[in-house]
Amino acid sequence: MYQDVIIAGFGGQGVLLIGNLLAYAGMHAGLNVTYIPVYGVEMRGGTANCTVVLSSEEIGSPIIHSPRSTIVLNRPSLDKFQPRLRDGGVQVVNTSLIDPSLIEKKRVRTVALPCNDIADKLGNPRLVNMVSLGAYVQATGCLPLTTVEKSLTEVISSHYSHLIPKNVEALRAGASEAAKAK
Amino acid sequence: MAGRIFLKGNEAIAHGALAAGCKCFFGYPITPQNDIPEFMSSAICKAGGQFVQAESEVAAANMLLGAAAAGVRAMTSSSSPGMSLKQEAISYMAGSDLPGVIVNINRGGPGLGDIGPSQGDYFQSVKGGGHGDYRTLVLAPATCQEAYDLTRLAFDLAYTYRNPVLILGDAILGQMKEPVTPAKPRKENPKEAQDWCLTGAKGRPTRLLKSLFLDDGALAGQNLRLKAKYEKMKAEIRYEAFACDDAELVVVAFGTIGRIAKSAVRALRAKGRKVGLFRPITLFPFPSAALAALAAKGKRFLTIEHNLGQMVEDVRLAVLPAADSDFFSVLPGNMPIPDDFEKPILASLKGAAKKTGAPGKATKKAAKPTPAKAAAATKKTPAAAKIRGKAAPTAKKPAAKGKKG
Amino acid sequence: MSEKIVFQKPESVYDRATHYCPGCHHGTIHRLVGEILDEMKLREKTILVSSIGCSVFLYNYLEVDAVEAPHGRAPAVATGVKRARMDKFVFTYQGDGDLASIGMAEIMHAANRGERISVVFVNNTVYGMTGGQMAPTTMEGQKTTTCPSGRCPESHGLPIRMAEIIASLGGVAFCARTAVDTVKNLNQTKKAIRRAFEVQTAGTGFGFVEVLSTCPTNWRMTPLKANERIAAEMIPYFPLGVFKDADAEVCA
Repeated sequence: MYQDVIIAGFGGQGVLLIGNLLAYAGMHAGLNVTYIPVYGVEMRGGTANCTVVLSSEEIGSPIIHSPRSTIVLNRPSLDKFQPRLRDGGVQVVNTSLIDPSLIEKKRVRTVALPCNDIADKLGNPRLVNMVSLGAYVQATGCLPLTTVEKSLTEVISSHYSHLIPKNVEALRAGASEAAKAK
Repeated sequence: MAGRIFLKGNEAIAHGALAAGCKCFFGYPITPQNDIPEFMSSAICKAGGQFVQAESEVAAANMLLGAAAAGVRAMTSSSSPGMSLKQEAISYMAGSDLPGVIVNINRGGPGLGDIGPSQGDYFQSVKGGGHGDYRTLVLAPATCQEAYDLTRLAFDLAYTYRNPVLILGDAILGQMKEPVTPAKPRKENPKEAQDWCLTGAKGRPTRLLKSLFLDDGALAGQNLRLKAKYEKMKAEIRYEAFACDDAELVVVAFGTIGRIAKSAVRALRAKGRKVGLFRPITLFPFPSAALAALAAKGKRFLTIEHNLGQMVEDVRLAVLPAADSDFFSVLPGNMPIPDDFEKPILASLKGAAKKTGAPGKATKKAAKPTPAKAAAATKKTPAAAKIRGKAAPTAKKPAAKGKKG
Repeated sequence: MSEKIVFQKPESVYDRATHYCPGCHHGTIHRLVGEILDEMKLREKTILVSSIGCSVFLYNYLEVDAVEAPHGRAPAVATGVKRARMDKFVFTYQGDGDLASIGMAEIMHAANRGERISVVFVNNTVYGMTGGQMAPTTMEGQKTTTCPSGRCPESHGLPIRMAEIIASLGGVAFCARTAVDTVKNLNQTKKAIRRAFEVQTAGTGFGFVEVLSTCPTNWRMTPLKANERIAAEMIPYFPLGVFKDADAEVCA
């Protein structure tokens, strides 16, 4: 098993958090994982992003230029990473903030869903990241969603543990939206 | 797989130090190593140790010297500009046979440079760094697990040889996270350092730890003793040789560049190219004999570094005259990616074939060079020494689909 | 007839002639330190951090464990030693070039952190070992090999008064300036060094004594003239006295 993903969005959309969450889930699933946040000069240009690699074998590079999958939560992230996505790769695109007409039609597979709207419906706009990750896990099948859910305690401090059920709900909402898209 | 903890490379180093029984940490803020003093400021105190935020890297390294003189396991960490300031104390420690662990999370230079990853401090790390005729053991981890394990090892080596030990990482290793399987905490060895450290001269003659040797012949004696120690350190040589056995071209790279190169080597192997990876883990002592053995088998070499070419000099010293090494440079400010390495590796592979004719035949010829050929080889400028100098990653055509891993 | 011993070397001092020039005060100050180590029964738990300058060889004269620090770094090295072995007695012995010039950062911060170490600072207004160059404490108009026409405040600034500066820092429990040019001053010095050691053993804070000292060779003076210069020129600019003596209870 091998999967790599670049997760990108505005600072504050929680992309580093779901990157961590995915990496923790991979670790709990017994995989090798690497997580690296964007660093230095690349930080400029409107997007925060991180790269996660999951593999049943030893991982070489933690840095991926042309990923097999992406989660893009805003327009600058799509502009930057869609062209880099490998042929046949998978991208989760947040259509609340990205015009669907910008999505490449044939070269890559896209799961498009309005993450902000879904999060709003769940009652907390900050759940955008969880919605997108739920959709991603569903679309790629890289890990069981339950492993991701169980790993929430690793990235959400005990002070906010009461918010975990809502995060689980958001992950599931994203997953079911992605399932529908299939 | 159970019991793994998910750590940044910087944190892995700090955890490794605590597992090794580190009792004193002396820090000073500088990016990108700040996670280490930040973590240590509370963790080492909880472990019954001492944390001092020093007034400078100069002071932090001299505090390390002091704790070492007291025979207590201690560490300091910094990044390149700060490492320059620590060299004074490192030289004194080397001259006084004092053990200690110094971490360098290498950033771009010279001068203030940038805060991105770089391997520009290779020379400083392995050739002495400070004034005088001395060496330090240098360990170069490529993964967070290695960062943890090699830090533990660093303390053992420091006390085995009574010598400073450097951990040379970079901003990639420092900032990336990976699962780490922790080791059992070290059992304290009450005898460690007890035959030389300073405890107050109670019921025994006084002890003096110094690097000043003014008497006739005294310094020469000390230098020779140090030389003998450095020879002994060769027992600690460590390296990773991946797919080297049947490789025509061996890529030599250390630290995170080593692991990134490994991805490229794997991808090329999947395409049937006979390439391997040699990753020195101890940069001093350098695994010269292992490289020389590969050279004797007729292999060609390409050294890849995140600098303008430093380790490549040691590679060439090791493999000449049987072989030479091409060089590919990743410049500071650029995030190295495996895709970037494939072209230069292929070019070197092709060059290797071209220079020597058919690969099989060539290897035999190269194995036994005549003195004349050897001289010619030393003069030759590596054909594939190219520098990757684009300012920032630009959108590339997506690479062809290929199985990896 | 039984002998009555009226004077002998302290136990903490080796029976050995020093390398110091005639009229130099280092030997006197060494002896005072040795006497106090004896009286406070500290010898067997002492770790000396020696500095760079004429007094680098202090470890040849005091019978204690010792480590050599780079120029100016003795307070940092002593910090490391003390943090590693909190139960030991740790002191530095530094000259004016070492402490007040190259080691200014280290002494200020060790003092400010209130490191439980003691510092004996010997101020003879000149770099002795390197051949009499201008020091941060060189007096206005004083001739040295790097200010041959005398220290000029316009280009070199005024001599630094370390004891006053150190006394202003929070972590300092005891700070004084003394001299050893007269018996009276010598006794005061012994008292002051003792206090600087006591604040460490009591865990109160950082202890500091600046001792005004001669350097007849580099001052180009006879030992007698050099000794007289202490009172005539140095004390007026570097006043003697206790600048800080924090009550143990208050500071702890």
